[in-house]
Amino acid sequence: MALAKRIIPCLDVENGRVVKGVQFLDIRDAGDPVEVAKRYNEQGADEITFLDITATHEGRDTMVHTVEKMASEVFIPLTVGGGIRSCEDIRTMLNAGADKVSINSAAIYNPDFVREAAERFGSQCIVVAIDAKQVSAAGAEKRWEIFTHGGRKSTGIDALQWAIKMAEYGAGEILLTSMDQDGVKNGYDLGVTKAISDAVNIPIIASGGVGNLQHLVDGVKLGGADAVLAASIFHFGEYSIEQAKEFMRQQGIEVR
Amino acid sequence: MSTVAVIDYGMGNLHSVAKALEHVQPNVKVLVTADPQIIADADRVILPGVGAIRDCVAQMLAQGVDVEVADTLRSGKPFLGICVGYQALMDSSEENGGSQCLGVYPGEVKQFAQGMVEDGGRLKVPHMGWNRVSQTIDHPLWQGIADNSRFYFVHSYYVAAKNTAQVAGTCHYGIDFDVALSDKNGFCVQFHPEKSHTAGLQLLTNFLNWDGKL
Repeated sequence: MALAKRIIPCLDVENGRVVKGVQFLDIRDAGDPVEVAKRYNEQGADEITFLDITATHEGRDTMVHTVEKMASEVFIPLTVGGGIRSCEDIRTMLNAGADKVSINSAAIYNPDFVREAAERFGSQCIVVAIDAKQVSAAGAEKRWEIFTHGGRKSTGIDALQWAIKMAEYGAGEILLTSMDQDGVKNGYDLGVTKAISDAVNIPIIASGGVGNLQHLVDGVKLGGADAVLAASIFHFGEYSIEQAKEFMRQQGIEVR
Repeated sequence: MSTVAVIDYGMGNLHSVAKALEHVQPNVKVLVTADPQIIADADRVILPGVGAIRDCVAQMLAQGVDVEVADTLRSGKPFLGICVGYQALMDSSEENGGSQCLGVYPGEVKQFAQGMVEDGGRLKVPHMGWNRVSQTIDHPLWQGIADNSRFYFVHSYYVAAKNTAQVAGTCHYGIDFDVALSDKNGFCVQFHPEKSHTAGLQLLTNFLNWDGKL
């Protein structure tokens, strides 16, 4: 197959700074987003994902400005997520230079928003973000549910059924984050990744839990992911994107 | 100062193209515009494209983009169509339950089949990511770009050109399809050069240096 598996560094941005937390808590500063994105671009990242975790209006305006600045210096695809609630929000981000937007809670409150957005802007730029947590008891058949509010609030929605529905509604890609694994560096939740990847015909980005390069390989080979996302292993200089690609290539995965 | 008009028909992200052009050649004047006069006066014209084909074509027709593209192609000025700005120039598309397109180049825009399998792996749709482009002709726009370089794609529909003499590049994803088309001063690509890092920026540089002749 000629299509390369993608490596996507993820920037959680709060009030104009890249931050990284462990299970959405204990936040550490990881630098200026444009500088960080430029570094990843030079190292050969295949895309960049920005998640705006700002809660304030001022922070949101800063975000648009940051996306504009980044889009004039980084010439690989940019996905922007966090607080995307309306077609107007999507238009603002696309006009600022984003190529895709990632929709999370707004899809849960109003699934038709995904359909409307895909019809208007095309599926290619609509990513649905799913934050999943395992809810089945030990030994029982595995089940995952969608959680909101940084993993604190269950919606009772089955993650697998939700992914299928979102694909039907026109999502072009799914960004799947395991809330159990996020920031703990034990690797992706391969069970939910594989289950969703097998169930839908759109690309899946695995997210949450990468601690070493083998985890990226496992995400592709065992999880069936089309792209692998990671944050802290790249932000704090443990590995470069080049090292990650070289390792994946050695394991027989096609990379750019 | 040389000028490039990027035709704005109110859809999607047109600024990425403008920013990439300004990046590769800071002294070029890039005008993202819907104004027919500015488009007619520009030295080069780009028809970018992101979005659903039916709405894009409807907007183009409402705005007279079909006439502007025809005039540009007739004038001999370099013209570049990107993604939906390429697909829209074919005869028709299967997208949105079947859509008439502008019919500038003969051929159809088809949907990738669901459930394609290759080398034991399922091929997801959209075709999203970095894939190799095989250059099927020599062309000024391929200059300095190694054959089979990777470009960034994101699309669920592909062009099947009827006039094989117009095909300038192909890509493979389950099937072979036509990702670049060349006809006199017109050149079209399915991938996004503005998002394809080094190879893409080289193609845009080549476009800005091209005189429209083969």
